[in-house]
Amino acid sequence: MSALTALARLRAVREGRAQPAATVRHCHIAEAPMVFIPLRMAGEAAAPLAAMIGTDPGSPRLLVVPQPRDRDLRFAFAAELAEVLLPYVEGFAKETETATRRGAEPYERCLSAPQVLVPNGQAAAFTGLLGRSTRFRRAEGPYPVHPSVPVLGRWLTFFAERAAYPGSSLLVSATDALALHWTSGQSGLEDANLAALLGWIDPPPGLTGLRAAQEAEDPLLWPPAGPATDPGFDNEVLAPAIEGYTRAPTARAVERVREAVRTQLEPTWRLVWRAAELLRGLPAGASVTRRWEYDRGAFTEFLGRVAEGGPPQARRDGAVAAASRLARMERARVSFDVQRAYDDPLIMAEYRLTGEAFAGEVIAADPEHTEGEGRSRKLRPLVTIRTVDPVRLAAGTAVGTPDRRGQEAELVATDGGEITLKITKGMGRGKTPSPGAVPAVGERVCYTSLTDDFQASASLPDPDLTPWTHGGPPEEWVPDDADAAEHWE
Amino acid sequence: MATDRLDALRGPVPPRPHDARAIAALAANPGCARRAVLDAAGIDKDSTARHLGFPAPFGQSRFAITRGDVFEAQVKANGCAGLLRLLREVLGLPIPLVAYHDAADVGAHLRHAHTRALIDRAARDSDDAGTFYDHPLLSLEIAGHTSYLEPDVVAFRLGGRFHIVEIKSFAVIDGQAEPAKVAAAARQAAVYVLALRRLVEELGHDPGRVSHEVILVCPENFANRPVATLVDVRRQLAVLRRQLARMTGVGDLVSGLPSGLTFDLAADADGVPTRPVAELAEAIGTVAARYAPECRSTCDMCLFCRDEARDEGSTDLLGRHVRDELGGVAGVDEALALAEGTRGPADGQEEIARLLRLADRLRAESLEPAR
Amino acid sequence: MTSRTSLAGTPQAEAGAVVAAVLADLPGHRGVVVDSPPGAGKSTLVVRAAGHIAETGDPLMIVAQTNEQVDDLIDRLAAEHPGLPIGRLSASAYRAPARLLAHGNVRVAAKVPDLGDPAVVVATADKWAWIGERTWPWAIVDEAYQMRSDKLLRIARNFERALFVGDPGQLDPFSVVDGDRWAGLSWDPVQSAVSVLLRHNPDLPVHRLPVSWRLPASAAPVVSEAFYPFTGFRAGTGPDDRSLRFTADGMRTSFDRALEEAAATGWALYELPERHTVRTDAEAVRAVALLATRLVQRAPVAVSERGEHPVGPDRIAVGAAHRDQVAAIRAAGVPPEITVDTANRLQGREYDVTIVLHPLSGRRDATAFHLESGRLCVLTSRHRHACVVVARAGIPELLDAHPSAEPVQLGVPVKFPDGWEANQSVLTHLAAHRVTP
Repeated sequence: MSALTALARLRAVREGRAQPAATVRHCHIAEAPMVFIPLRMAGEAAAPLAAMIGTDPGSPRLLVVPQPRDRDLRFAFAAELAEVLLPYVEGFAKETETATRRGAEPYERCLSAPQVLVPNGQAAAFTGLLGRSTRFRRAEGPYPVHPSVPVLGRWLTFFAERAAYPGSSLLVSATDALALHWTSGQSGLEDANLAALLGWIDPPPGLTGLRAAQEAEDPLLWPPAGPATDPGFDNEVLAPAIEGYTRAPTARAVERVREAVRTQLEPTWRLVWRAAELLRGLPAGASVTRRWEYDRGAFTEFLGRVAEGGPPQARRDGAVAAASRLARMERARVSFDVQRAYDDPLIMAEYRLTGEAFAGEVIAADPEHTEGEGRSRKLRPLVTIRTVDPVRLAAGTAVGTPDRRGQEAELVATDGGEITLKITKGMGRGKTPSPGAVPAVGERVCYTSLTDDFQASASLPDPDLTPWTHGGPPEEWVPDDADAAEHWE
Repeated sequence: MATDRLDALRGPVPPRPHDARAIAALAANPGCARRAVLDAAGIDKDSTARHLGFPAPFGQSRFAITRGDVFEAQVKANGCAGLLRLLREVLGLPIPLVAYHDAADVGAHLRHAHTRALIDRAARDSDDAGTFYDHPLLSLEIAGHTSYLEPDVVAFRLGGRFHIVEIKSFAVIDGQAEPAKVAAAARQAAVYVLALRRLVEELGHDPGRVSHEVILVCPENFANRPVATLVDVRRQLAVLRRQLARMTGVGDLVSGLPSGLTFDLAADADGVPTRPVAELAEAIGTVAARYAPECRSTCDMCLFCRDEARDEGSTDLLGRHVRDELGGVAGVDEALALAEGTRGPADGQEEIARLLRLADRLRAESLEPAR
Repeated sequence: MTSRTSLAGTPQAEAGAVVAAVLADLPGHRGVVVDSPPGAGKSTLVVRAAGHIAETGDPLMIVAQTNEQVDDLIDRLAAEHPGLPIGRLSASAYRAPARLLAHGNVRVAAKVPDLGDPAVVVATADKWAWIGERTWPWAIVDEAYQMRSDKLLRIARNFERALFVGDPGQLDPFSVVDGDRWAGLSWDPVQSAVSVLLRHNPDLPVHRLPVSWRLPASAAPVVSEAFYPFTGFRAGTGPDDRSLRFTADGMRTSFDRALEEAAATGWALYELPERHTVRTDAEAVRAVALLATRLVQRAPVAVSERGEHPVGPDRIAVGAAHRDQVAAIRAAGVPPEITVDTANRLQGREYDVTIVLHPLSGRRDATAFHLESGRLCVLTSRHRHACVVVARAGIPELLDAHPSAEPVQLGVPVKFPDGWEANQSVLTHLAAHRVTP
């Protein structure tokens, strides 16, 4: 939270409408994402009650568990969910490209990847719990389930785990994505309500954002986006319907539960698609494609693991797996922050505010300035910029610029509002700079000490060689009947 | 006397008893004078908020209630036989003979005395047998009133030491549970630990015999099978002691209020409030609130106070972080006027004004259409 | 509390006993942990232990957390054991400071084979993580409480046995990502190396250095009570062993009064009127800068068990919680030789006098960041003579109004001291040393 976002919130209050928090889109939004809105039975950790799912806003599929306490019905739900999700996911396996990586064999990468869109962070977490409760099941043995169920569990787990990587777009929560791009006139806590947040961003004609957000808090007008349902709905509508089913499990009784949950899901269904539309309306940031490429790579890798029949993801990370995941997550965090700033002047403004970046006009340039003699003579153009930003960078600091991403410069001197830089990298081998490579007098430029050159972390031991400081090698996980039998009732 | 003033504020109804949950919530927003006064006076905040037209958004689903009851019954079945197995695991002790006493075996009016007698005997007893005490009725002194705690807890004595057992129906999945729920359970359990310590001390025994490690019993993974975890509540105990001490200091707050002020709902013979709403709202308004968005999960009055903050154009609405970032500027319009330069900074506002002016310029520059 | 009996050398003897016990334990255990409160002779212990191990003829690796810490350690080690060949492993971009190269027994290289075959090799944990070719029989891990356990995982294959030394009261390691996923795991990668080590090896001996040689008698009890409530430590010097005086006259300004209070009692609270402010509160920042400037002008002279010396600007530090505050203080004009830095970066360092901008000054609500006990502990335990804290009035009320709603993770040991209690405890003490403008 900075003065910039605080100001945006204040202005949203006054204007009665959310204010931009970004000028470009920082997440990938698929043409036809799989929208998934799960509902959970109140009081249960991971008992699904219903879900609305599909890639076509006009024809959602409604999956319902007429008695969520019935274990068989839950697995039937999981099998049905697998029927929708797995063909969608596997559809992306068909088209691939050959990708190259420095220092590694070229590999096949899927041209595109699935994207699951959920209404909010809790739905993303619930996706993970559904994955946890299904991935250890087995098709044979004492408690057999449909063979698709454990595969579904692996995929749901995969999506939920990817969502923890900053900048990943395989599983996107609508409220999180919206809040990354718009600032509402309410608190961050209240932004977790999808209907309220969208009320601020896109109020219906004739309503202010505040009015729309207030209406959104009325569960009769806007049922909660899940996975928790409205207690009033539970007590007055759902409970009698489920009791009806328990007394007489007829098609009519199932239909009654279906219709009850449909009223709760349909408004959210529309909201999630609206969120996708609004996000799609923003131009994509320059690094979105690159991050999506990582997502595609991660997807392709996991696809291979599932195809080989690899084991389900562990319950908890072992010592080595945890350290490795942490390193990857931290790397993703830094990259995402830096890339967003380079892609978007409004994000860069946060760093200008704190003095880690500055923008201004070039008032002098010596594009042919060189250093060294003879063969080691190098082109090191000098540029002087006038800025009114409160710069807090010391001489010697390495800086980069969104305008010329291949270049690196070094701050030579600051003199009040005049800053002189020396371009140290990305000038090529020529004796004179190529046209446009050095900013010209009068050009507006922006430089920042933020850089994305993250130090690779050193290798970790093989899990079998986990040292004594960390408990020694873990026991190997062998799937057994107990895993499959784990109650889900 | 502060107690008289508090009684007058409440009106001619008995003070609302504080259950463990309410006592635990005392620390949710200690900076709020309104809440401190309402709590100290034992005012029914739920009814007050309802009458004001801002009922608290705290509904509970039947499914959740049923689930909780079923789980608790299952854990306590057969004189806590299942619980015993768990305690053996979690305390890592062989537990020899086990006895079970239900303090609810006697009439409600006798329950507290019965609890005292049972605990006294237990504390004197030198034998090592494990003993359960179900539904003990404990009490705590809150701002001069004795509050009886809902007896939905089990105390367990083993080897001269007492443990509070807290049964909750949220799941522990692969060793983890939702941190906010565990925290709430820990705060409640701390209330029981403190109440039991005070009782043990009153009876002339060492209060240290009540362990600060409570036993949290929850369903494991996706099943009904219970799992027990030890939770250290020393921090929660410290906070609770602090808050209870503060409650006794509420007199200063109360003595500053206009005389004749009351929050009485003026209920008629059927218990229906007849107090004019505008009048009640005005009365409540005399005690300053400190609204924060987090109130929505901890205070019955939250929506009333939010509405009030909105009317005042307070930056509190936007959250504690925003308020802090604005360095003391309390009003939305004021902050915007400083940012846009339509208002000169008052004494001491020069810096925040400069910062907001800078933020305003940076936003404007960044939102300009492409250069 | 143990009474201080007539034996003047008791604290020294006690500290010596701990060092001897640690050294005695080393061969018998895979790991030994030494908790060292601020200035309790951690570096002395490391240097002595290193010398002790080197005498056996076994090669030793030493792990520190930052390049400065590595350089400091080598400097001391080389000076104390001039005959000991020491290798300094570094990244290729590293340039060794002159004070290291001045030692004839120190060699610097990016790769182990290029070091020759020194008895002791020192490097940062990050550098050690890249060294896979060899295993050392012994390691010393310095500042082990500030080292994240995932770093230990990357270097643990390099040694057979290790001595872990550090200060449990300072700032915990952290991550820029949410680590909840691993909460409760005994190998949680965002926990400190020591907590993970001890959870897997609960039987390892843990020693405590009982005496702070840095903190004066005026500060040791305050810091001990607030931040080390269960273990405790005391000052190695008595109230009369240290003094601070000014050789230039003051002007009876409030800054002078604050400095005089600090010189006389070891503490001063320079309290500005209560107000909620932005983080870089100009008035507070200016007060800090002026206090620092005034301090240098007053030409302080310190007397201690090491004798008498003038306190130059290099012996003065200014500490704050945030980087922007540090930048603002710098910009407000502090003599350039004075160190101005955040708590994170002041860890492990020592000065004669410190001036601290209180993390809660001017805040309306305390966040977990501001309340973290390690932050205040670092800021109030860097000095040998005196500490001046600058704060706005109203912090006790702020603490009083602080909502208690921290989440609780199952299976994560509760950490003490609680930041709230620690803050309260320090403030209570400072209240008696209040100076207002």
